[in-house]
Parts: sequence; structure tokens; C-alpha cells
Amino acid sequence: MTAVRYVEATRTYPGGETPAVDSLSLDIADGELLVLVGPSGSGKSTALRMLAGLEPLDAGAIHIGDRDVTSVRPRDRDIAMVFQNYALYPQLSVAENMGFALKQHGVPKDERTARVRETARILDLEPFLDRKPKQLSGGQRQRVAMGRAIVRQPAVYLMDEPLSNLDAKLRVQTRTEVVELQARLGVTTVYVTHDQVEAMTMGHRVAVLKDGILQQCDAPSTLYHQPVNLFVAGFIGSPAMNLVEIGEAHPARIGETEIVLDRAAADGAGRLTVGFRPEALHLGDGPLPARIRAVEDLGSEMFVHVAVEHQGDTVQLIAKTSPPFGGSAGDRVGLQIAGTMHLFGEDGSRVASGPASLSSAGAVSRS
Amino acid sequence: MSGDDATPAVGERRWVNLALGILAWSTALIFFFPVLWMVLNSFKTEEEANASPNLNFEPTLDRYREVTESAGGLLSFGEAFMNSAVVVLVSTLIVLALAIPAAYALAVKPVVKWRDVLFFFISTKFLPVVASILPIWILARDLELLNTRLVLIVLYTAINLPLAVWMLRSFFAEIPRELIEAAEIDGARLRGQLTSVILPLAAPGIAATALLCVIFAWNEFFYAVQLNPVDGSTVPVWVTTNISTRGEFLAQLSAASVLACIPVVLAGWIAQKRMIRGLAMGAIK
Repeated sequence: MTAVRYVEATRTYPGGETPAVDSLSLDIADGELLVLVGPSGSGKSTALRMLAGLEPLDAGAIHIGDRDVTSVRPRDRDIAMVFQNYALYPQLSVAENMGFALKQHGVPKDERTARVRETARILDLEPFLDRKPKQLSGGQRQRVAMGRAIVRQPAVYLMDEPLSNLDAKLRVQTRTEVVELQARLGVTTVYVTHDQVEAMTMGHRVAVLKDGILQQCDAPSTLYHQPVNLFVAGFIGSPAMNLVEIGEAHPARIGETEIVLDRAAADGAGRLTVGFRPEALHLGDGPLPARIRAVEDLGSEMFVHVAVEHQGDTVQLIAKTSPPFGGSAGDRVGLQIAGTMHLFGEDGSRVASGPASLSSAGAVSRS
Repeated sequence: MSGDDATPAVGERRWVNLALGILAWSTALIFFFPVLWMVLNSFKTEEEANASPNLNFEPTLDRYREVTESAGGLLSFGEAFMNSAVVVLVSTLIVLALAIPAAYALAVKPVVKWRDVLFFFISTKFLPVVASILPIWILARDLELLNTRLVLIVLYTAINLPLAVWMLRSFFAEIPRELIEAAEIDGARLRGQLTSVILPLAAPGIAATALLCVIFAWNEFFYAVQLNPVDGSTVPVWVTTNISTRGEFLAQLSAASVLACIPVVLAGWIAQKRMIRGLAMGAIK
């Protein structure tokens, strides 16, 4: 049973002004697949390297299981890591690569061979055991890197963007394989990625980091439906959430069109920003006039980019709709909102969420 | 690089290429000619060697026999060769033993002012050798090291060490950091990291470095002749002292010079591929 705990873990790089990871507190349950996600520079890789023991902590602690490993060497932490570039030992064969850690830990040769064979079988690597890494394709190398971690049967797997060097199709396929494998092995896994789709599809929970600070750690659907702040709202979801600054005006409007919503909870939060997902934006004869900028047809769904006049500016919104959709670039449409709308206060945090729509009356009276 | 991928202004291109080819070959031959002449002379009699240039002669190994058998100078060829071999090999081994850990530390776990450290290393080569000879000679005399192999071993180690640290550092720096980290997580201690990951990857670089150290040490003449002209001296000193400069000596000198060149040429030829790979590896970054 191995849970992982970050307790106010902080790391400032030498010469750095602000911490790369700032007071990170995170509880990762036994057997959980936790994804650390964020844009580059968010500290996600640093957080992982701190857990690996490759970066020292300037403050706080990290526990693996019952053990405080803050000052324990990487080799004594009982972890295995998959690197973005795989870090396979080029001069060793696949079998030797996978058996390297076992050999270092003094596992007898027979057992070593058996465990490497078994892992190779799981990963379909048996035909390649005698090859050198450079004789393998990218996907095969990736599997060897996974195998090298699996064969050790460690307490925790650490994965640092292990799929980002694969082409798109293979990445999606491998994503599923990693999830299946992790579920089967039931080993606590911390997975770093910058790709929010990867994060949402793989993680039991997803921790969103920005500038070294944990923004939110929740199940993917919670992140999607109840983002704690503007950053998470904008980062999670593809295409991104529509965000419109509406200021402090009563009643709230987009352009000239009034938004019907309960905003009592948002009183005193200063200038507000409203957010709504592309699937909540409907195109047709709604009250908010807009111009279509582009239509992206993905077959199963369509993304329609529209421009709306709002407070003297042109605001870009995206609607997600199902085919068929007759409109094309340049057409004029009327927008309606039907779904959840989030209100974010001046400091970026979410102050209220609820069903919202655009008032037809307001639009009619003005048209 | 070649005319192959150039736009087809073919006629001109070909002439340029041909001209460049001729120029390169003639330059190379001009530089190579003295070496060739030395080799040819070494197979001639003294009379032939001193006569006007003549390619039509009967090759003989007598000059080689003369220079290797006679100990007209202070030491025989066999002694000089053994001295050189010992001095060169021992100094190179010491250089590697010191430079590998130093370069590894500078590349993988650098100290804060590692650039200053590197500069310090290389700055020890700025002083003209001739300017340092008097203090070194006095030190060697007081330590009773004159005319010993030891003094040359110490000096050649000191001469080659900065260069070796520089070269090896760039080789070590090119080993992907993740490999070392992976080995660390996989449970390898420093020794395991070195023997199973770092040294195998740096082997071409280490070989290239070792070879350069061997060549520089083998060829060194100034310290050898100043500090060690008699007993424990090396092949370059033997070449100059063994030949009587009275009468005709050109063919014998040629033969001795050829003998001095052979080990270096052989080593270079054998290690050519590795060395170029090693040097190129260092040149990437």
C-alpha cells in the first residue's frame, strides 16, 4: 500500500527568484493515477523530479508510503521513472536495459531473466530482447522504457511526458495501453503532461499547476464542470471555455444582450468574467447577433468560430455543434446560451455557477 | 559541400572542382614530400643520400641496422624506446586517472564557478615552455630527479592534464543527463553509473584523448633534452644524440627519424576511426 504525499513541498532553483514549485501539498492515494498538468514553466516536471529525488526540496516534505523520503537518495526511494526521451542505455540490449535495475539491486540472474521475459511478454517486446535501442522504432523504445519501469515492481511509477515523442495516432493508442496497464498493476502512478486531453483521459485525478502553484486537483469531470478559477477554466477543455469580461454592470450583458442569471453570489467580487463551454453556445436565431469567422468540421462534431461586438471590442467565441450545420464564414447568426455559466471574480476565482440564458426580450426591444 | 547539389552551371563548376582538386593534391604532395624524401633517404647509403636527388637506388636496411645497433650516443635505441614507452604509457595512465574524475565532475555535477576552473586548467598552458625550464630544472636537480624517467612522467602528466580535462569534459557533457538520472533511479551507485553508463558512452572520447596524450608525450623533445639528456631519455633525444654529425650522416638521421615516427603513425592509423569519431563528438557542442 503506497500513498504519496507532498507536504508544502517547495523548490527554488539556484539563482531563481520565484520558486519553481511553491508549497505544493498533494495527497495521492494508493493505486491512483494522478496527472500533473500545466503549461511549460508551471513546475509540473520539477514536482515530479522532487518526488524522484532528482531535485532537492528547499522546504516541506515528501512521503512515500509511511516513509519521509525528503532526504532519501533516488535509488532508495523504490520508484521507477519513464523519461520523455526514454533514456534507454544505448550500449545495452533491450533485455539488459530492462534488467539493469534488478541487477543493480542484486536480484539473482535466473529471477532477473524470468521477470524480464514476463514483462517483455506483457508489452509484446519478446522478439526484440536482443536488440539495441537504436534498432527499435519510437513506439518500441517507448515500450522498453515502460518495461524497464514495470519489471522493477516499484512502489510508485513516475512518468514524465512519456508519450510526447510518439506520433499522434500511436500516442492515442499508447495512452489507452498505459491506462489499462496501470489499472492492472494497481501501482500508484504520477504522470506529467502538458497535454490537457491526455490529462483528462488518463487521470483518476488531475492536478493543474501554474507558475509553481497548485490551482486545483480533482477528478477530470469536476475540473471541467467546476473549475476553481479562470486559469483552470481556460486550460481544461478543447476547444477552450468561452470567457467574456462583463465588468460590474447590472444587469450583465454581452454586447447589448442581457444575460439572465442568478448573480447574487457574485456581489462584491468586483469586475466579473463570465465563462461558458462551447457546447452551451447555440447558433440560430438567438438574441445575440454574431458573425461566423470560420467553421471547422470534424465529422462527428463541428466547431464554429464567431465574432461578437462587446463593449466596443470584437470578442471571439466558439460554439460546438453537431452536423449538419448550414452556415459558413461571413454569415450572420443569432446566439443563444443554454447551459451552465460560470462567474469569475476580479481575482480570477469562481464565485458562482448556474444555468443561464440570454434574454430575448432585451434583444427584440433593441432590434 | 560538393558540386553535386549546386545549380547546374556545370561547365564552370567542373573546372573549379578540377582546379581545386589539383591545388589540394599539389599542396598535400608539397607537404608530404620532405617526409617521403626522409623515408627514401633512410634506405640509401650515405653517398646516395648526399648525392643529387636520385630515385634509382638499391634500397638497403643497413642504416637501420647501424642506428639501432651502435650506441654511438649516450643511449641505445632499445633503451630509448623502453624509456619512451614507459614514460608515455605511465604518464597517459595517470592523466586519464586524474582527468576522468575531474572532467566528470565538471560536466555532470559542476561547481558554481566551473568556467573559472576550466580556464585555470587551460591557463597553465599559456606560459612558454622555455620560460619555465629554469625553475623546473632547479627543482628537478634539488629533488634529484635529473636524468630519471620519473621527471618526464611528472612533466608529461602535467602538460597533458589540462588538455585531457577539457576534451573529456566536452565528451561527458554530451551524455544525456536523463541517462545518468535513470541509472541513479535504477539503483546504480556512482561506481555503477560510471562503469555501466558513462564510461561505455564516453569510450570513443576517452580513446581519442588518450591517443592525443600518447602522441604529445611521445613527441616531446624540449623537456627531455633539458632535464634528461643521458640515462633515462626518450626516442626524440636519441635521434639527435645518437648520430655522429661528423662526416656524412643524412641517411642515418633519416633512418632514426623514421623509427621515431613509426609508433605515432601506427597508433594514429589504428585509432583513426575512433579518434575522428571522438573528436567530432566533441565538436558538436
